[in-house]
Amino acid sequence: MDFSGLIQDFGPLTITGLAQGAIIALFALGYTLVYGVLRLINFAHSEVFLLGSYACLVVWGFFGLDQNSATPSVIAVIGFLLLGLVAAIVVSGLTALGVELVAYRPLRRRNAPPLAFLITAIGASLFISETVGVITQRNIKAVPPLIRPADVFVIGNMHVTNLQILIIVLALVMMFVLDRFINRSRLGRGIRAVAQNPDSAALMGVNKSRVIALVFLIGGLMAGIAAVMYDLKIGVTRFDAGFLLGIEAFTAAVLGGIGNLRGALLGGLLLGVLQNYAAGLFGTQWLHAASFVLLVLILLVRPTGLLGESLGRARA
Amino acid sequence: MRQVFARAISGLAVIGLVAGAAACNSSSGDDDSASGGNCGYKLAYFGALTGSSANLGVNIEQGFELAINQYNEKKGSDCITVAKFDSQGEPAVAPGVARQLVADKKILGIVGPPFSGESEAADPIFEEAGIPTISPSATRVSLAANGWKTFHRAVANDDSQGPAAAAYIKDTLKAAKVFVADDQSAYGAGLADIVKKTLGSAVVNSDKTEADGKQTDFSAVVQKVVSSGATVMFYGGYYQNAGLIRKQLTAAGWKGTLVGGDGMKDAGLAKAAGNAAAVGTIVTCPCSPPEKAGGTFVTDYKAKWGVDAGTYSDVAFDAANIYLQGIDAGNTTAEKMNTFLSTVNYQGIANTYKFTETGELDPSLIKVWTFKFDATGNQVADQEVKVTP
Repeated sequence: MDFSGLIQDFGPLTITGLAQGAIIALFALGYTLVYGVLRLINFAHSEVFLLGSYACLVVWGFFGLDQNSATPSVIAVIGFLLLGLVAAIVVSGLTALGVELVAYRPLRRRNAPPLAFLITAIGASLFISETVGVITQRNIKAVPPLIRPADVFVIGNMHVTNLQILIIVLALVMMFVLDRFINRSRLGRGIRAVAQNPDSAALMGVNKSRVIALVFLIGGLMAGIAAVMYDLKIGVTRFDAGFLLGIEAFTAAVLGGIGNLRGALLGGLLLGVLQNYAAGLFGTQWLHAASFVLLVLILLVRPTGLLGESLGRARA
Repeated sequence: MRQVFARAISGLAVIGLVAGAAACNSSSGDDDSASGGNCGYKLAYFGALTGSSANLGVNIEQGFELAINQYNEKKGSDCITVAKFDSQGEPAVAPGVARQLVADKKILGIVGPPFSGESEAADPIFEEAGIPTISPSATRVSLAANGWKTFHRAVANDDSQGPAAAAYIKDTLKAAKVFVADDQSAYGAGLADIVKKTLGSAVVNSDKTEADGKQTDFSAVVQKVVSSGATVMFYGGYYQNAGLIRKQLTAAGWKGTLVGGDGMKDAGLAKAAGNAAAVGTIVTCPCSPPEKAGGTFVTDYKAKWGVDAGTYSDVAFDAANIYLQGIDAGNTTAEKMNTFLSTVNYQGIANTYKFTETGELDPSLIKVWTFKFDATGNQVADQEVKVTP
């Protein structure tokens, strides 16, 4: 165990962990929202993210950008980023709606048992990921260097870069907006109502099907943003990128309390940072193992996660 | 309906058996008549011609075919026939194709299989049939430990690369601080361990990553490299992880050199990292640069195929010529050919070839070169590294 290394690198490991955690948190929202309303885990959410991570690359490709392009001017970068975000959000959102339409709605109509939803979701997930694998010949797709990492400020040996700030700030802003939307808006009230009691909500005139579709859509939008941030941070995507990060995002959702929006944020950031600390302390080969040990320990003390399960329940 | 199919298929099988037996008879008849000039035999290429890893296979097949064409031109006849067997580089496909190959009794020797995985699947079939193989590129160390009498490889195995990489880091890069990491694979960890042992106290820190496709965020490794003050990072692993690590190292402002083995010698590294980050990355390979081959090989190859000779084209050319020398010396059965290979001492265009009892290239003949990624993502020959066996 490398305690001195961990202490020496504490600052840098924290900031890089927070950036990774912010991406995980945005991704985790999709799991948490769907669970909050349906009490089901949407395992196809990882592919919602995956298609988003390809969508922005395809759009940037239209402009002739690839991994060997020069970094464009600031104004062009902002334009490309917005364009990439829109593309990823649209594709991820549509994918999420598609998954709901194909893998969830027909089963819900027939009152299928929860296990059936699980299997169709896994099926949809495998189908999308394998299709992407075949189309891309399981090769990686690299990301153009839209943002050249540059130090914005330095504290000790902790270099905080423009990209890290962008990712973390964007995640916090999206989380704030979403929290306001769920808690203050009319549609958000509908979501909370269905989460609390679907039947009563329906009696009160809430359209349950529409709420469920809305929840999938919001999860998809957030996954689209996460996908663009992931591309910029990691630099490549491939057909199983969603699966890998999906497990971490799902873990983050459970860690923070699945069904709880703020829990997803807390869980994501915590997981990102703790994975880095574990890698620093025990070696990178223990990165995943250590974070799951921690998850088990936290669930032993707080079985419903750090902030508890509550989409609407606690603050209804 | 199903019964009809079954009958049709079994009927076809019977016809096939009869035809096969007839073919065997006719071929043994030809053997007797071909006594003058040792003609009428076949040499086979076995390996990928299609599929995702076809590039390397095509390099090898074209070198192999060129040698036989030149031999036939010299004889003024189509003396030796080229037989090609496409394994797609897949261990799952290779055995079926190998059985087709061994059914042809005129084949005296095989150049291939190019990859270690398909070698493990197909070589037992060649061993059983007694047909000798010379692989120009399968480098997994354990292949020689199976007790196969027909197995030969014309390049050094993976064990030679670790010492070469370490020598390069010490003597050419003159690095005082080296960071070593690997992907926990048999290949990567083995390589990294040898480098660590050889460099000794120059290794300031080390780490292990997950395998290719199991990890994409390398923040922690990158941070350790930066903090260690190392000017060189050796990575035992494959090109995809290496490309990502290189990109994330550059993003973190690290300006040192990434060094690795032939698992990283792939354009995919530059693709993942982007050419700007990949430039300067050093990879070792138990191969010589094809453009350094002797004789008129380089121009002949270009004239015949319209492209430059690729990695291992030259070795395949030599391997084919070893067989042709064997045929000239009257080794006209696979068994005799195999005995011939155990005594061969052949000076080719890429190297001199002598095989040990296990089919390895004689240790005194091992060549390892380093290659450097240039600004367009190509791997350009850098220098030959002397390894003391």
